[in-house]
Amino acid sequence: MLDLLEGFIQELRAAGLPVSLTETIDAMEAVKHIPLEDREAFKYALAATLVKNHAHWRAFETVFEVYFSLRGPQYQVGDDGEGRPAPWRELEMQGQGGQPGGGGAMDALSPEELAGLLYRALLQGDDAMMRAISAQSVTRYAGMEPGRPVGGTYYLYRTLRNLDLEGMLERLMEAARQQAGGVLTPLEERLERDEFEARIEQVRKEIEAEIRRRLVADRGVEAMAKTLRKPLPEDVDFMHATRDEMANLRRALHPLTRKLAVRLARKRRHGRKGPLDFRSTVRHSLSYGGVPAEPKFRYPRPAKPEIMVVADISGSVAAFARFTLHLVHAISGQFSKVRSFVFIDGLDEVTRFFEGAEDITDAVHRINTEADVVWVDGHSDYGHAFQVFWDTFGREVGPKTTVLLLGDARNNYHASQAWIIKEMRQRARHVYWLNPEPRSYWDTGDSIISEYGIHADGVYECRNLRQLERFVEILA
Amino acid sequence: MADPRFATVPDVRQGLRDVAYLADEGIAGVVFLADRLQKPILVEGPAGTGKTQLAKSVAEMTGARLIRLQCYEGLDESKALYEWNYKKQLLRIQAERQSESWADLSDDIFSEEFLLTRPLLEAIRSDEPVVLLIDEVDRVEVETEALLLEILSDYQVSIPELGTVHANQIPLVFLTSNNTRELSEALKRRCLYLHVDYPDLDREKEIVLTKVPDISDNLADQVARIVRSIRQLELKKAPSVSETLDWARTLVLLGIESIDAQQATETLHILLKYQTDIAKAAKELSAEAR
Repeated sequence: MLDLLEGFIQELRAAGLPVSLTETIDAMEAVKHIPLEDREAFKYALAATLVKNHAHWRAFETVFEVYFSLRGPQYQVGDDGEGRPAPWRELEMQGQGGQPGGGGAMDALSPEELAGLLYRALLQGDDAMMRAISAQSVTRYAGMEPGRPVGGTYYLYRTLRNLDLEGMLERLMEAARQQAGGVLTPLEERLERDEFEARIEQVRKEIEAEIRRRLVADRGVEAMAKTLRKPLPEDVDFMHATRDEMANLRRALHPLTRKLAVRLARKRRHGRKGPLDFRSTVRHSLSYGGVPAEPKFRYPRPAKPEIMVVADISGSVAAFARFTLHLVHAISGQFSKVRSFVFIDGLDEVTRFFEGAEDITDAVHRINTEADVVWVDGHSDYGHAFQVFWDTFGREVGPKTTVLLLGDARNNYHASQAWIIKEMRQRARHVYWLNPEPRSYWDTGDSIISEYGIHADGVYECRNLRQLERFVEILA
Repeated sequence: MADPRFATVPDVRQGLRDVAYLADEGIAGVVFLADRLQKPILVEGPAGTGKTQLAKSVAEMTGARLIRLQCYEGLDESKALYEWNYKKQLLRIQAERQSESWADLSDDIFSEEFLLTRPLLEAIRSDEPVVLLIDEVDRVEVETEALLLEILSDYQVSIPELGTVHANQIPLVFLTSNNTRELSEALKRRCLYLHVDYPDLDREKEIVLTKVPDISDNLADQVARIVRSIRQLELKKAPSVSETLDWARTLVLLGIESIDAQQATETLHILLKYQTDIAKAAKELSAEAR
């Protein structure tokens, strides 16, 4: 048991979770009190002692699944009749006209029949049935071959394509409408759809888990744990995030901004003491008989910087820019004024899109469609964009202004116009550059980040939430 | 070591259910473990999902006294741990001015008699069983957090004038946090971690049924579904369980048997607290099929 846990914890660490020694000991202590047959309780016991951040839960779950997937009877791979859900066994009887034995009943079904079964299971929300069908469809459609070095996503894709879950949703909705006597009110429609979507999602997860179990059976725990390792949300690279990850990031952004705002406010309040507050000191001295025993200080007026964000939104860094714009606007309360500019080879101010926009996603969408950012050919031209910025808005950069430049500085071999940054630096309070590219790529190819960088107060690699968060702290 | 309070995890679940708190597998498991390992629980999660209620329910279930420390920015030692009763000390000094020598007096005025216990000290000095709730621990400053460490790991408090006060019994400690800031590693390490999230559909429906006695099964089901649907939107603040309950109660008061889009829209302000969220949800709910 200890060895098993040891390995598990190592796997967690490899996945990036910070697990300390005391936590390891706690976990070992904890499992002594938990009956091992109870898988859920076992999992929660480990989670409670080892995972101290909810954002890491998914990573933990994956590792747990993989690592303990081959242990426990209900996770047996292969088709032995035991432990099958009752409805399935019933079906077995039906399907074979009462003849018991002889191959898995499901193998005998035609694809249409299987789809029909799934449809019925989904309609009734029959969990056991859904699980059984998922397993069966993996056997049938994924076409898994032992030892083939193909990732789980490939099998998942093949299975799902054959099941046609999208079409299934429409059929289910149709059925729901029929049941209600033809028409559903929009609200009912919506609720039904949510319900079916949830069930279908469950099937999808079931299938994913089934594939994972089989892969583990085929390749062994260690190898699988390695391939399934996913970065923690704060380490997801902006530039290469999948759509799912991007959605997760956006969700993570909201609490993050709140957290940052609180921290900034607190830092400002407690950071320094202001000048002596003479009146307050005298007033408080009364309780010490007129002796000014406790000097009182004024709270300093926090300097709220003005921020100008100048972001490259060309294809290569768009995701990053969008993300940073979100962030900057979410914490705009911390700054006296925020102005945003976006460019590709032309430059446009987009502050107006954010003003009064309740929904920031909306604003970003409008920026992408309405802002006038293309000058010649729609390839980034930092030099020209900066030139426009400086000519049009340069006068408004003052000693209170912090300028944030976002981009990879891939200039497509245009003139750099780096002198603008130099002048900007002289006039502004700070000039920072955030680069979403890994540091090792800087100054390769057409990247001229150093040419700009030497004039700025700092160039920061900013590829994930963790780095972005760290930077905002520098900023405030 | 004190006797464990609970025999098995299902016992915890059942016990909590008896006091009308529906715990899922994770919650019950962690409470069980906390008792066995004698460790505090750090409960995190969105606002209004029953974190504070969990501590209260556990107290009710075990028949323990609930001591609550509400945290806020600026909370310090004298309000969390203990304080000396200056006024009484002063009186004492004045009353005995002639008779006693300084040495006797100074011993005397730093004795139990002049000690004002605050929640944390109270919790470990108590003889009866105690559930200690340290609410919204993320509101105190990082420095103040350190105050808690001694109590959380060793169940003791050091008072310079008196020495170390050890616990008479090991309290069950709950710390809640809304995650407005990252808590220190030291604190996290000492605690078991529990994330209480929005309940899934079935559990939420059950919660509604338990907490809103007059509601019909059908309505509870609809409520849970609509709330789930709303939570999927991108909102500033998703509806919490307590808001779900408020909403369900309102619907019952209004005598509504089954919700249609219009009624839902009209009562949305109970569920959502931002005008923009309300507008968005109203639009979504009454919109034609997506």
